[in-house]
Amino acid sequence: MILTPGTAIRVKDDWPEAKGPVHIRTPHYLRGRPGRIVRHLGDFPNPEDLAFARPAAKRPLYHVAFSKDVLFDGQGTTDELLVEIFGHWLEAA
Amino acid sequence: MSNILETDGEQLLQAVLGLLAKKGIASPLDIQAQIASTDNATPGQGARMVAKAWTDPDYRALMLEDGTKAAEALDIPMRGMPPLGVMENTSDTHNLIVCTLCSCYPRAVLGYPPFWYKSAGYRARAVRDPRGLLAEWKTVIAPEVKIRVVDSTADYRWMVLPMRPAGTEGWSEAQLAAIVREGDMVGVTVPSV
Repeated sequence: MILTPGTAIRVKDDWPEAKGPVHIRTPHYLRGRPGRIVRHLGDFPNPEDLAFARPAAKRPLYHVAFSKDVLFDGQGTTDELLVEIFGHWLEAA
Repeated sequence: MSNILETDGEQLLQAVLGLLAKKGIASPLDIQAQIASTDNATPGQGARMVAKAWTDPDYRALMLEDGTKAAEALDIPMRGMPPLGVMENTSDTHNLIVCTLCSCYPRAVLGYPPFWYKSAGYRARAVRDPRGLLAEWKTVIAPEVKIRVVDSTADYRWMVLPMRPAGTEGWSEAQLAAIVREGDMVGVTVPSV
């Protein structure tokens, strides 16, 4: 299932780097944080497998918008962040 | 087996090139072509795209829809390069590109990333305090204009299509391209005349 633009999501509060060697393209500052799907950018081989030369299935990649106010100290700004996040890092908000 | 750390670099390179060719991963010619296109890529390539987008509405639409196709339309080599996305600055929104995880950069159209783009300071502050960072570049974005920080984390590479500055009416594409700087296409600066 491909998430549609506008869908409210939350980035998983998951820290696999605590368990062993990993290659993750989901920045720390977004783990556990709410955002909104902007668009589906396409499907790309999962970098978490690719980096270890394992067979890498294609996974949906999304542009996800986050409010800067929510991520950092809220000052009532409308500024936002737009970040590429793989679908398997997203859960329902 | 000899110690790889003590092996002569040139000998090691030849061995790796031989293996890449033997396994059909990349021929010496492929590698030379890739090195040439990487070395030839400069911010001048991105500036040509920006200038064309400023003068040709159809090209602007193509650039925003598919940056890779727009680059190829100007004979910029994109083979083997990640897909290129273009974020347009408007009177409502100013875009700033960063790669917080490493130094992902649209090399095909801007060349090698500048040293500051790779610095820990830029990468941390672009997301946490973009307006403070821009102020140090003497770039003032009005409070009512939204700043959109684009963190380049995965398979795309992103560049900014800046706004055409006033005072450039009637200019040719070449004249326009000459005022577009690397920083304008990352979003730390804006073009001016």
